[in-house]
Amino acid sequence: MKHMTRKATRHVNQNEGLIFEKSSAGKAAWKLPPLDVPEVDTAALLGGSERKDLGNMPEVSEIEIIRHFTRLSTWNYAIDLGMYPLGSCTMKYNPRVNEAVARVEGIANGHPYQPEKISQGALFIIKTLSEQLIEITGMDAITLQPAAGAHGEMTGLLMVRAYHQSKGNARKKILIPDSAHGTNPATAAMVNYAVENLKSESRGMVDIAALAAQMNEDVAALMLTNPNTLGVFEQDIHKIADILHAKGGLLYMDGANMNALVGKVRPGDFGVDVMHLNLHKTFSTPHGGGGPGSGPVAIKKALEPFLPTPVLTTKSDSTLAFDYNRPQSVGRVRAFYGNFGMFVRALAYIQANGPDGLRQTTEDAVLNANYIRKGLEGAYDLPYSTPTMHEVVFSDKLQLKKGVRTMDIAKRLIDYGFHPYTTAFPLIVPGALMIEPTESESKEEMDLFIEAMKSIAEEVEEDPQTVLDAPHSTRVSRLDETAAARKPVLRWKPAS
Amino acid sequence: MRYLPKSPADREAMLKAIGLRSVDELFAPIPAEYRLTRDLNIPRQMAESEIVDFFRQRSRENGDGYTSFLGAGAYFHYRPVIIDSLISRGEFLTAYTPYQAEISQGTLQSIFEFQTMICELTGMDVANASMYDGSTAAAEGVMMAVRLSGRRSVVVARSLHPEYREVLATYATHQGMPLSVAGFNDDGRLNLKDLEQLITPETACVLIQSPNFFGIIEDVAAIADIAHKHGAMLVVSIAEAVSLGIVEPPREADVIAMEAQSFGVPLGFGGPYCGVIATREKYVRQMPGRLVGQTVDKQGKRGFVLTLATREQHIRREKATSNICTNQALVALMVNIFMTVYGKIGLRELAKQNLAKTAYAVDQFAKQGKILFNGTPRFNEFVVQTSEDPHAINNRLLGHKMVGGLPLKKFYPELGNAALWCCTELTTRSAIDTAAGLIAESEWSLRSSKEEDVEEVAR
Repeated sequence: MKHMTRKATRHVNQNEGLIFEKSSAGKAAWKLPPLDVPEVDTAALLGGSERKDLGNMPEVSEIEIIRHFTRLSTWNYAIDLGMYPLGSCTMKYNPRVNEAVARVEGIANGHPYQPEKISQGALFIIKTLSEQLIEITGMDAITLQPAAGAHGEMTGLLMVRAYHQSKGNARKKILIPDSAHGTNPATAAMVNYAVENLKSESRGMVDIAALAAQMNEDVAALMLTNPNTLGVFEQDIHKIADILHAKGGLLYMDGANMNALVGKVRPGDFGVDVMHLNLHKTFSTPHGGGGPGSGPVAIKKALEPFLPTPVLTTKSDSTLAFDYNRPQSVGRVRAFYGNFGMFVRALAYIQANGPDGLRQTTEDAVLNANYIRKGLEGAYDLPYSTPTMHEVVFSDKLQLKKGVRTMDIAKRLIDYGFHPYTTAFPLIVPGALMIEPTESESKEEMDLFIEAMKSIAEEVEEDPQTVLDAPHSTRVSRLDETAAARKPVLRWKPAS
Repeated sequence: MRYLPKSPADREAMLKAIGLRSVDELFAPIPAEYRLTRDLNIPRQMAESEIVDFFRQRSRENGDGYTSFLGAGAYFHYRPVIIDSLISRGEFLTAYTPYQAEISQGTLQSIFEFQTMICELTGMDVANASMYDGSTAAAEGVMMAVRLSGRRSVVVARSLHPEYREVLATYATHQGMPLSVAGFNDDGRLNLKDLEQLITPETACVLIQSPNFFGIIEDVAAIADIAHKHGAMLVVSIAEAVSLGIVEPPREADVIAMEAQSFGVPLGFGGPYCGVIATREKYVRQMPGRLVGQTVDKQGKRGFVLTLATREQHIRREKATSNICTNQALVALMVNIFMTVYGKIGLRELAKQNLAKTAYAVDQFAKQGKILFNGTPRFNEFVVQTSEDPHAINNRLLGHKMVGGLPLKKFYPELGNAALWCCTELTTRSAIDTAAGLIAESEWSLRSSKEEDVEEVAR
């Protein structure tokens, strides 16, 4: 049992079929109150538009639904169960008071079109969060409307385009480092900009000479993640900004890695013109199995006329209102005002932290990443020795000699009771292991993680097949993704 | 700080292990001139009790305790208690996107069930795991039709939610997708002559909403005939999901872009909601967003994975179908649980109650005010035209702790003093009677003041 983990133990969990397989006619989990108005003749009201049958929708009782979803839930890993070191995803603790306050009656049930005079509570939340995010980023203005990080990127680039257009030339392309998230080039394409790749230099940072050579009046902006996806802070950030600004370009910052900066340094102070934040990363709103997110975009003064409509303003009687009359606006990117429920949670997080808590959070996040880096040095190849901030990227170079790849190590980590790190990203590191512990991990949890990773490295040497066949302890073993994509089965159908 | 699990001694020990003396050394890569040497100017740490107080106060300032007749893309339906019980489980709440299938089967299977139920309800073959909301789903649905048809222009119904139209305009601006707008008839339905005239060999798709923004059910078959005759696709937006319980789904559509907020998602001042795209099997490879598929593991056991990822940004980068990566998984789970609770029979009964309340309200309002588009089949919304500005009427309603219908002048000046009202299963007869009474009073007082004017002139 040399390689068994102290972190996790196998235990029984329940099997559970699809909900449709439990359905039978006459079971029900609902009860409507009696109608207080006359019944209607649906055929008379709807004519040919009346629907007669709801096909294979399930019929089940309440206890079955509770058991169904509870059983399913036990098949998931979650932050609440342990460390979730997905690089670039910032899987931090999701405070429960956030959930409680988002469910207070007037906040949960406020209608987006209710009159502004009875919406002052919601508008005050939007105003307060906006001001605090502006202070945290060092920017001048903000929109909370975008529904996610990628949506924020699109909104940011729309504003970049509108800014250049207002100067008579929308420009043609966006520079994107080869270490960037896939959303960056996909977003540039949605805003009809061409993408030009920017090579990283040997330390993993933007190559200043290459940037200077590629920068010209056709470049609308550089989309930069800082710290970048290697976890490296771009030390020449002021030179980068200067090179862009000298030719009239803008510096866009992907705020995915803002958890390394909050309270320690502000993007607005180092030359960023436009940036998005991910409230679901840095500001603790839950990932929920893949959303909802929220992607506010903070900007410098020069871009303010182009903010999406509506923009929150304070009226002369000091009440809050939305301003829809913004002739230079890029328009709306979403109905209503954005993912308001996430604003509530993010604000509650900032309130719980205060300035000292936010700074300590950032310090702990960076401390944790460096502790793991130190702990795993030697056991795994570190392709870039540049100092890292909140995340560290190793490669599978040493393990590849035994035919073991990053994904195999990741799957074996599951047996040790951890969620895997991010695999095979950033693209500039072949076989990357991208690890971001966040501030939410205790020293004990990280010691267990380091022990698990070292143990796997030993297994690779002694018994690589165990690693290649992992995971061994999960409900299902490795799933056939090729078959899933070749002949997609995307819904349940009754046996015919 | 109460969320941070380290003692000062832990931090010391860790720094020592790394070989550093102080935490400042970790931040040395940041040029000194940019390092913040002061506290952020935000309020001090608050206790949990203070945070709860803060938001309770905001709640009181936010329409708490008002009865509302607002719909217009955001609907107040009852949310079964078990939705929050289940989504509050940390295993759902605090999990990430299910890339690691072996430890994400809970999320994956529930999304597979979600996709199945959306297919059952919409009559489509495939549905994705969710989009941000109904407005962005509609825009993405249109972009999908543009890719599929190889054409670029789009005809949009004026009776599509006006904010959805605005979002589409934003998305279309830089993609070279010219938009034209088809009007509506006196019966509230899309003007088919208008549509015939606007549609060209360059038209990629027609985008309509049904039930439309006025609550009117469109003649989808007739619209589909016209679109398809010209080689264009039909994209149908559904903003009120509960309608699917009693209204025939737009089976003739090529793409359905839904807002599923009505299925158990709180109003939440506009979000987060749950968009979904559903379509025909043959179009699946141009679909944006995540998809879950069924497969087997090494032992042949059924399991689920994210699939067809070659459409997506992390693989295709600038050639992806969309830049979308996150979706609305936790909100989709609310929707999923809601659909499971009501199921085959309950959804129909729920929709019928919406229909009955609305029919009753229309009868009451029609006694004094004018109901526009009356006689055309509708679901749970209706447009009331009054002599007085609806803002003034709504101000009086606020005094009764009621929020009246949405005044439409901002979006549809051609309708005059009109407002869009909505009733759901939660609207009580007495609330309807009170609101109808206030409308009646408004009409009488305006009429009698007009009569007085006439008398004065006569004198």
